[in-house]
Amino acid sequence: MPFDVSDLAELDAPEQEYLWTLNFGPQHPATHTTLRLILTLDGEKVVNAVPHIGYLHSGFEKLGEHLDFNQYVTIVDRMNYISPLHNEISWHHAVEKLLGIELTPRCKYLRTILAELMRIQDHLLNTGTCALDLGGFTAFLYFFQQRELIYDIVETASGQRFHTSYTRVGGVAFDVNNAWVDKVRSFIKGFAAVHAEVHRLLTRNRIFIERVQGIGYLSAEDCINMGVTGPLARASGVLRDLRKDEPYLAYADLDFKVIASKGGDCYARYLVRMQEMVESVKIIEQCIENIPEGPVNVDAGSKAVIPAKPSVYRSIEGLIQHFEVMMPNRGFPTPKEEIYAATESPNGELGYYIVGDGSPRSYRARTRPPSYVHFAVFPQIIKNHQLSDVVAVLGSLNIIAAELDR
Amino acid sequence: MSTEETLQSKFPAAGLKCSQFRDNRRVVVPAESLQPLLAFMKGDLGFDFLAEITAVDYLEYEGATDRFGVVYVVVNTKTGERLVIKTFVNDPDPVLPSAYSLWKSADWLEREVYDMFGIKFSGHPDLRRILTPDEFSAYPLRKDYPLKGRGERHNFPVITRADS
Amino acid sequence: MAMKDVPDNIFMTQLDAAASWARANSLWPMPFATACCGIELMATASSRFDLARFGAEVMRFSPRQCDLMIVAGRVVMKMLPVLQRIWLQMPEPKWCISMGACACTGGVFDTYAVVQGVDRFIPVDLYVPGCPPRPEQLMAGIIALQDKIKHGGTLNGTEFGKRTQPMGPTPYDLDELIRIREANEQLVSLN
Ligand code: SF4
Repeated sequence: MPFDVSDLAELDAPEQEYLWTLNFGPQHPATHTTLRLILTLDGEKVVNAVPHIGYLHSGFEKLGEHLDFNQYVTIVDRMNYISPLHNEISWHHAVEKLLGIELTPRCKYLRTILAELMRIQDHLLNTGTCALDLGGFTAFLYFFQQRELIYDIVETASGQRFHTSYTRVGGVAFDVNNAWVDKVRSFIKGFAAVHAEVHRLLTRNRIFIERVQGIGYLSAEDCINMGVTGPLARASGVLRDLRKDEPYLAYADLDFKVIASKGGDCYARYLVRMQEMVESVKIIEQCIENIPEGPVNVDAGSKAVIPAKPSVYRSIEGLIQHFEVMMPNRGFPTPKEEIYAATESPNGELGYYIVGDGSPRSYRARTRPPSYVHFAVFPQIIKNHQLSDVVAVLGSLNIIAAELDR
Repeated sequence: MSTEETLQSKFPAAGLKCSQFRDNRRVVVPAESLQPLLAFMKGDLGFDFLAEITAVDYLEYEGATDRFGVVYVVVNTKTGERLVIKTFVNDPDPVLPSAYSLWKSADWLEREVYDMFGIKFSGHPDLRRILTPDEFSAYPLRKDYPLKGRGERHNFPVITRADS
Repeated sequence: MAMKDVPDNIFMTQLDAAASWARANSLWPMPFATACCGIELMATASSRFDLARFGAEVMRFSPRQCDLMIVAGRVVMKMLPVLQRIWLQMPEPKWCISMGACACTGGVFDTYAVVQGVDRFIPVDLYVPGCPPRPEQLMAGIIALQDKIKHGGTLNGTEFGKRTQPMGPTPYDLDELIRIREANEQLVSLN
């Protein structure tokens, strides 16, 4: 019988689908940390994805019930560890709301600058590693260099380059000096060039665009219904930004834009992040020139606040106050109330739900982690994509495992 | 008419308790009326964004009468209005209706509450443990569970140099 | 053969020493990066600190290709079986660096979920303390490990075979046992 190619095609097209299962993670370079996905594949196409998480669940919230408001700042640091200071700012934002403390203007500006530096830091690592996973190593190295400069800045302010533990109830640990201001200024000056360089490297790079454009589409309705916030939601056209909607710190006085896009795919998310960095730089510029003089911590007369070091060493009132705040069996009265307070973290709405029971410890310290909510979206948006797109989508979602699992 | 008044007039028999602390507006609702209230808020009042579901174990809280409080934070994305809705459930079998049919974001949030507190959500499509291992038997955020656990963290074989 | 007949470009040494020298200067790390320390590990490998200067920059994510495991970050009870499995998958000779307070001792996380030091369950050769350790510190650790390999290694790895005891503290120390018993008693009295 003569050989006919069309016979072969019929033979090879089976009726039923052959699905196979692939385990992705929990230790895989593209997960950046520890996530696990069970993918069901039809050839290269992802039919179904089941995320398994909890590989970094370390009991943050349980610890929060055993440490006081100032001590717990060392723990929240470790939550979203690519922008540690922002967690501290959010946590103390919630605590200060519970205690009813109004910050001094200088502290508000200082924290705003730090928060925006952290936003830049977060977006730098995210866009850098997103490019790295898709094969672009250079952008990652360029951006990491800028991260090192931000590390230097926070190190000058707090003494630690990574987990700073810098904020305190009613202020920060130490005030900053002029050398710090100069460092921030010189960072801003140099940043634009690097940013433009990476724009040239990636934004119109054919290889990069083909891996991200049209991949991982998320519509605006889905975003709202599934609780997505932050740059992810804004890349889908949801104009929500807590900095504008519920202004906190100094954001009400500042002039900045909310960046959004209608694309909804990985490319739009990349563009939104890139542009947000530019806006953050603008915010920092405005703040650093107008940073008010005056004390950085609120008056130590308010019971919950750690007094300044000179007054601890030189006056008996200061010493007593310090003792009262620091000793585990003393403490200060707090309202027997509950509060939910959220800030716009680099990743989205980072909220804290604190239950106070009258002691300086929270009875329950709950975090509303943006990564957790965002990762729940993953199975839906990866459907019918190729296996290689898993990496691109994971990169654009910016899942931080410690925040995901807590 | 404010949202609280609308809710009061819509559910007069439920005995809603409204209060405000700082900028948090709160409504306490009995567990039976939770589902209709959430559905009404989503459907008629336009609260289309569920930011948060969490729970609190009031076992050691001074003056508390109920064991668990479950908190929902809902947002109206058009107006930016934010409301905290709270309800109480009790041992021995804490069950609440699931909000998954209204907001998909409830999926993992409810699973976490189940994992950490053992509060079940009826009607949830896939209520499994999410953060702790499947064979874990306790609910770690309950107040009667010790901070350092009951030895689960030590329950592994030891590998020495000689066996590797 | 008299010493003076040996040409200049030939060195005499023990085979063990030569092998150890080669191993020490071509470490291939397997970054078991779980948490924040992993970001510092990334920083160590990238532009400013550049781990390549010390011959240990070839990060491979497949355990089969590596001989140095860097446990960077806390390991929790769900992750420990994975860690042990990856350790067993690495070919001999292999070394392990425990980077950061969490991997060494549990660090600030003395909670129900976090393993209190990976050295209780896998062998560890070198500890780099800090939360997170600065990149300089990690590099100092790697240099110290190279030193250790150069001085202690044998060709057939017999130095490893002798260590049949777990190297860290035993998983259950006395306090822990007492505490666990109390917690369980409390549980019984509650029910
Ligand atoms: S030692 Fe510190 S930096 Fe390292 S993983 Fe632990 S908490 Fe994070």
